[in-house]
Amino acid sequence: MITEKDVLHIADLAKIEISEEEVQKFKEDFQSILDYFNILDEVEENVEPSFQVLPLTNVFRKDEVKESLPREDVLRNPKHVEDGYIKGPRVVE
Amino acid sequence: MSQQVTGQRMERKDEVVIGLEVHIQLNKLNTKLFCSCSTDYHEDEPNTHVCPVCLGMPGAMPVINEMAIKFAVKVALALNADVQPFTVFDRKNYFYPDLPKDFQISQYDRPLAWGGYVTIEAGQGEKKILLKRIHMEEDPGKLSYRGSITTARYSMIDYNRSGMPLLEIVTEPVMNSPKEARQFLNKLRIILEYLDVFDGSLEGAMRIDANISLKGGGRVEIKNISSFKGVEKALTYEITRQKNLKRRGKEVRRETRHFDEINNITVSLRGKEEEQDYRYFPEPDLVPVDATGIIEELRGTIPEMPEQKRIRLAEQYGIGENFAKVLVLDLKMADYFEEVAKSLAEDGINLNVAASWTVDVLRGELNYRSKDFRFAYSILEPAEMVKILKYLTDGKITEKSAVEIIRTILDKGGNVDMIIEEKGLFAIANSEIEKLCREAIEKNPKAVEDYIAGKEQALNFLVGQVMKATRGKADPAETARIINKILS
Ligand SMILES: [Zn+2]
Repeated sequence: MITEKDVLHIADLAKIEISEEEVQKFKEDFQSILDYFNILDEVEENVEPSFQVLPLTNVFRKDEVKESLPREDVLRNPKHVEDGYIKGPRVVE
Repeated sequence: MSQQVTGQRMERKDEVVIGLEVHIQLNKLNTKLFCSCSTDYHEDEPNTHVCPVCLGMPGAMPVINEMAIKFAVKVALALNADVQPFTVFDRKNYFYPDLPKDFQISQYDRPLAWGGYVTIEAGQGEKKILLKRIHMEEDPGKLSYRGSITTARYSMIDYNRSGMPLLEIVTEPVMNSPKEARQFLNKLRIILEYLDVFDGSLEGAMRIDANISLKGGGRVEIKNISSFKGVEKALTYEITRQKNLKRRGKEVRRETRHFDEINNITVSLRGKEEEQDYRYFPEPDLVPVDATGIIEELRGTIPEMPEQKRIRLAEQYGIGENFAKVLVLDLKMADYFEEVAKSLAEDGINLNVAASWTVDVLRGELNYRSKDFRFAYSILEPAEMVKILKYLTDGKITEKSAVEIIRTILDKGGNVDMIIEEKGLFAIANSEIEKLCREAIEKNPKAVEDYIAGKEQALNFLVGQVMKATRGKADPAETARIINKILS
């Protein structure tokens, strides 16, 4: 059973704030998603889990340097830039 | 009384249990783990070695660097681990400004390898430090702050490091002292350098998380220690802190702490995620790795490891155990010695001389100048060292002159014969010294008298006279022997 505490914990991990109404809404949504996954319980036991649906392994590239992006392009997207660095939040520990 | 003594003796070694998670940058690769950006960013401006993949742009697709897998397999084989033929990358989800995708591509329940061990010296014997697992992952970017971390209002992010290939080596909790932890890391570093996959001198090349618990206390994790000197300091501090808590009857909480390298203390970190909070799942943008072929290809190619080299050097060149032990600490130093030794062996010279001059003299002079054997190779080639040692064993130069030649070359370059010529360092023949000794005896009857009367310093005075006359080229011990012979 999904509880309000579960929803708030997930919101916390996602670093978002949600209202009391949203907590209730997500609680129901999460529950219905989990119920859907219960279908998996019907699968026989001892089945090897699949990691990939593609019948492929070892898609590799060679260890050869290619040009990186020009820095003007790199710094075009972020809103806050200083001395070539991208500014981010101070991480409170 | 005896009761109390037992009560206070809580320092029994096995009461401290330490496990390490070591993050190693495979920085000898040309490119990052999942993109073709260069790994050679240490000297460059921030955010100049980045592309859509390592910046986590939507839609950018990672592609595995095959050589990174080979490097990792090589390390795992050298560490005696059980390399897995089938291995999978997973997403580890967490939010942090240094992680542009908001997840890190790592490995969870199908790592590259399980088990393995590293041998360290412990007391009289050896100790096997058992490994739990070895897996691959990408490095996050690097955060820095203007001024201090506590007062800065924002972080500054450089993504050049983002996507660097990392190997995480996790030990079992089997170390019992900070010293053992340092020895383990030292040994690991040497092995990685032997494999030519790692340059430990680069900033951030090895970063460590340490777990430590004292008997009866909770397990404390110390995060992100950036050097192995730091590991020993952090662990030593933690032991004291936890012992103090115990002594005051307080419980040691299970928690995560951060090592403050400036003040050499650990501080509590709050709100650290639990493992299930990372919500690992198989990375959908990568297919699994079947390493069977790579394991086969590399199994026979692991070079001689320090242990084997130590035994071989001692046997092959007939040098002392202690010399062999020191030589293998640095692959370049061992190579240098071998080149010198091979050449001198042809002349039937005792190779302990070569070992001693490599390990004691040359290494000491290099250390003094903050240089290493890479520098020695570039300025004082083994062939030149051979020349010095041949002149020395033939009695053509004194030990003092040999040291002077080495110092001159390390400081100013040049070659051995040139320096001997310039400084007139060829030793004087014994017959010449004997002549000078007789002169000194004749001119200083008082000193001779004193010496015969038992004043040892008088001999030094006479030797000094000969040294002066030869401008330091005579060997003092030899001179003293000759004077003694004349006077006896
Ligand atoms: Zn890139």
